[in-house]
Amino acid sequence: MDLRRAEEGLFKGLMLASMVLVLGSLALILGVILVKGLPAMSLDMITQTPKGGYYLGKEGGILNAILGSLWLTLGATVLSLAIALPVVLYLNTWRDARSRLATLTRLSFDILWGIPSIVYGAFGFTLMLLFGLRASLLAGILAIALLMLPIMARSLDEVVRMVPRDLLEASYALGATRWETAVRVVVRQALPGLVTAVLLAMGRGIGDAAAVLFTAGFTDAVPTSLLQPAATLPLAIFFQLGTPFPAVQARAYASALILTVVILGISLACRLLTRRLVKNVVR
Amino acid sequence: MDPGIRWRVRKSKAARAVMIALLCFCNLLLVAMIGGLFWRSLPILRSEPLSELLLSTSWAPLKGEFGLLPFLLGTLWVTGVANLVAVPPCLLTAIYLSEYARARTRELVKPFIDLLAGIPSVVYGVWGVLVVVPLVRDHIAPACGTFSSGYSTLAAGLVLAVMVFPTLIGVSLEVFETVPHEAREASLALGATRWQTVKFVVLRKAAAGVLAAVVLGVSRAFGETMAVLMVAGNVARIPHSVLDPAYPLPALIANNYGEMLSIPLYDAAILLSSLLLLLLVFAFNLASRLILIRVERRAR
Repeated sequence: MDLRRAEEGLFKGLMLASMVLVLGSLALILGVILVKGLPAMSLDMITQTPKGGYYLGKEGGILNAILGSLWLTLGATVLSLAIALPVVLYLNTWRDARSRLATLTRLSFDILWGIPSIVYGAFGFTLMLLFGLRASLLAGILAIALLMLPIMARSLDEVVRMVPRDLLEASYALGATRWETAVRVVVRQALPGLVTAVLLAMGRGIGDAAAVLFTAGFTDAVPTSLLQPAATLPLAIFFQLGTPFPAVQARAYASALILTVVILGISLACRLLTRRLVKNVVR
Repeated sequence: MDPGIRWRVRKSKAARAVMIALLCFCNLLLVAMIGGLFWRSLPILRSEPLSELLLSTSWAPLKGEFGLLPFLLGTLWVTGVANLVAVPPCLLTAIYLSEYARARTRELVKPFIDLLAGIPSVVYGVWGVLVVVPLVRDHIAPACGTFSSGYSTLAAGLVLAVMVFPTLIGVSLEVFETVPHEAREASLALGATRWQTVKFVVLRKAAAGVLAAVVLGVSRAFGETMAVLMVAGNVARIPHSVLDPAYPLPALIANNYGEMLSIPLYDAAILLSSLLLLLLVFAFNLASRLILIRVERRAR
């Protein structure tokens, strides 16, 4: 009897220790990035592009990377949403959400979700060779859009599936076509989840470095057209950390802090928006 | 028919056609990826036998030697370390959250685990360089009586372990939810303690799903690039201990994107590594997803 109680206590202790370990790692990561990044932060970091000798420790900032990441992520978000939303609407309005086709498509999105981003980068690279494209904002957008596609589609599917069937039936009964039902009823109903799905995919896209390594290139200038190479925030961190100068490495920590704040901001916005938009939804 | 209605129906049909085209695109994307990478790695597959590529340890692109074994084994080592470290605490955390914690605690903890999943790979890498590498160099290696630069299999494994926490915990939680409440209640009613219920009922029922979670964690770890690239040391030799540097496949691919077009067959070798990585991850992912689909069906 006592042995059982001891076992119970032992494992409960281990579980609590594990929880502390998991949550502690998160706190440690955020803490270290904050402590190391804050001293190197300055207004120049976010308002200046790199001047000559920036990577040797001279002045400048990473505005090029911030704007590059922004354009890249926006482009990729629009593109992947344009592919994912119609597919999800089709599976849930035209087809039965539990049909074999829907299950197969979900499975293939799940598998695509698991494909490492470096492979998307390599695939993007073969596409570039195929179309004779050079490393550019456009190529980066394509690679990141493919990377975001499964994340976007799976999260959209989760919310669209929750729309009550009765609402669809009511809409058909009033004479609406499938398309009208999909756009005016399903999309409106699923709007909060839709916004969350988009933000989730954006967060993943903005933080990814491996896929843009091959495709978007890197430059000190802010891109002015789709065919120019573009710097990205994660790669800026990577390259700055790779230099042998402590002053530049400190800037890498500051850049990591900026990226982390952006990611935290996106996930916070996710939570707040979900709560606010839920008000307009019929239950 | 009224022309207005005809127009509306036509619009709906046009939309359907576009949607079906996009659906086909999504379902064929994987095939296109495998095909595209295969096509680009054909030159090296033609010039050298696959067994030579996979089993040779000599990596000297300038001499035309492309042995991928050190990288394959590097990937296995790093992934192995990561999962050995990550699986026990993640299972215990998932068990705690699903079996012991109150619903409020669970809802409180979940966002933090999602946050852990959202942190970019590069930031994990920076953290690894700042914390894990010095830890290995200054504390773990001296304690083992050897020297290590810190950039090692162990450092990469530890960073990766934290990176797979969210996958392992998230999937295990979903799996535990599929175990029916009646089973737990029956066990508790027979006088079993909570831990005994977990051990004899929940874990036994969820065994397949937990396996799927681990497999998914493994495949996540296979493909992680930036963080591993930053802390693994990247020496093209087979590691003999966890304190040796490793050079996993994704790091190889990421490190050589710049120079690979200037040396013959180099780009084909790099894209062949991407293809291998893709197939490896695909196999693991498919296995785990099929198990999970079955687990979910049985629960319904």
